[in-house]
Amino acid sequence: MAEPNTNELDGGIALPFEKSIAHFPKQIADLEAEQIKTGRDFAAEIRQLRAQYVSMLRKTYQSLNPWETVQVARHPRRPLAKDYIDTIVKNFVELHGDRCFGDDKAIIGGLGRIGTEKIMLLAQHKGRDTKEKIIQNFGMAQPEGYRKALRLMKLAEKYQLPIVTLIDTPGAYPGLGSEERGVAEAIAVNLREMSRLRVPIVCIVIGEGGSGGALGIAVGDKIAVMEYAYYSVISPEGCASILWRTAEKAPEAAEALQLTGASLQELGIIDDVIPEPLGAAHRNPAEAAHNLEQYIVKTLRTLKRFKADNLVNQRYESWRAKGKFLEREPK
Amino acid sequence: MAKNTKDEQQATSPYDAAALPVPSPRKKREVPDGLWMRCPNCEAMLYRKAVTENLEVCPKCEHHFRMGGRARVEHLCDPGSFEELFAEIAPADPLNFHWQGKSYAKRIAGEQKKTGYVEAILTGATYIKGRRVALGVMAGDFLMGSMGSVLGEKLTRLIEYATEHSLPLVVVCISGGARMHEGALSLMQMAKTSAALARYDEAGGLYLAVLTDPTTGGTTASFAMLGDIIIAEPNALIGFAGPRVIANTIKAELPEGFQRAEFLQEKGFVDTIVHRKELRSEIARLIDYCKPG
Ligand SMILES: [Zn+2]
Repeated sequence: MAEPNTNELDGGIALPFEKSIAHFPKQIADLEAEQIKTGRDFAAEIRQLRAQYVSMLRKTYQSLNPWETVQVARHPRRPLAKDYIDTIVKNFVELHGDRCFGDDKAIIGGLGRIGTEKIMLLAQHKGRDTKEKIIQNFGMAQPEGYRKALRLMKLAEKYQLPIVTLIDTPGAYPGLGSEERGVAEAIAVNLREMSRLRVPIVCIVIGEGGSGGALGIAVGDKIAVMEYAYYSVISPEGCASILWRTAEKAPEAAEALQLTGASLQELGIIDDVIPEPLGAAHRNPAEAAHNLEQYIVKTLRTLKRFKADNLVNQRYESWRAKGKFLEREPK
Repeated sequence: MAKNTKDEQQATSPYDAAALPVPSPRKKREVPDGLWMRCPNCEAMLYRKAVTENLEVCPKCEHHFRMGGRARVEHLCDPGSFEELFAEIAPADPLNFHWQGKSYAKRIAGEQKKTGYVEAILTGATYIKGRRVALGVMAGDFLMGSMGSVLGEKLTRLIEYATEHSLPLVVVCISGGARMHEGALSLMQMAKTSAALARYDEAGGLYLAVLTDPTTGGTTASFAMLGDIIIAEPNALIGFAGPRVIANTIKAELPEGFQRAEFLQEKGFVDTIVHRKELRSEIARLIDYCKPG
């Protein structure tokens, strides 16, 4: 595993559970500055500090609990869809609008190349700074976002281009206009249509997989979740405020909901977990992007081998199998 | 990457609404146990038995009260014709879900005892005015008609059964949304049922969705909104996000009639609003129109 980039040692923001390691980046940086200023050799000390830091990071991140994972998934410096597009999608041509109402910027769509593969990309983008967040509506799509996504996916089907979706949303937008223009209908239609599109579809939750708003572009042949992303039927805060009657019990709710990649894989909900760099994607965005790219390239190569009929049948069977229940002997 | 700013606050999921039991906007109890009850709409004092005999509709003002799953089946089906299917599928507790000393397993057992249902949906084959149909009836009286693995599985099997036997499909919806006690497994049922409906659609099946008060969350955003024809009961609350969540988001009161059946018809998402009295004959009529020949 590559060493964390010194300048981005903690992404500038330490999370509450990182208290015991938060001081390292500054200590290392100070020592490095001192070395330059004074010309004295602190190489050995720096090496030792780095080793300590790496080992503590590894220890902390090996045993994150679900609530800590949610915090990492929402880290303000965590790479967002646009960062991944800039890094791994070549010659991206953004395509706008649902040809019906407008262009929802919470979902970015367009053509590009990943590896040597021509693809149609749909990605939920939350926005980095305040201005961008308002434009992207914090990644909370409205009906026109889901309809744009479907329009572009049908275009992909027409020209046999595989589809890649990147999911990162707290949920679909719960506003007046969103309801008036039928956000439920838009999501429902996407679920039905994505189940039968005759091209490979790879869906990856890169940050937050917020309920139906995430699922609306997440029906495909392979579903993956990045190591410190989460995917849930309801936010931990929402679940806590209903069952525990206070959002402060979100850590307990996160635990109960089994929303991390490892749990989701065990439950048969997702196919793969994509590893993140030591200390999570925000500490080494380049490595996170590389892992994501590798996964997409490898998965598309496998999926491309299937005939469209087989692909669609396998997709049906894989979704058909999701769910856990008891079955008694029929009477 | 852009510089971090102080106001980079994370919004929590707005889809807290998806699993929220949707409260009736009317404060008074709609279905008290006593001999007499008050209609929340016209405020008339009603003889409880007279309301039940009138299909849980107010005889004075036509207000539609919520109807239990079993009562719904009895009302819709030709007498004695309902053959229950897939009754052997029962809820598990796949997440071993616990909160505040309570457990999902116990909650389920309690609901089963209280209602006599195994889960929040009844599925079967039946006749409606002599027309053979595959029928799914959600039970709002079982954990708010919430959708978990069993609901998804039973409904998917029903859709597959209707596909295989070339039957029209009728699903009566009432739901608070996806059931959070089964985590993302509940969420997946939205896609699973929608995928089954895609195949049914390709086989030429006719799907009538009947939306009753309330139909919300993941149920609305999947099979409820995928009917070839979408029927709603008068004044039924139909939406994705719960009204409270929307009001909190926009920080304003919701307009009168927002997310009601009539509003959805006006906005183009409901084909027709049908009085409960007319539901059987309207279903039969639509089936006849869509039959070949
Ligand atoms: Zn009345």
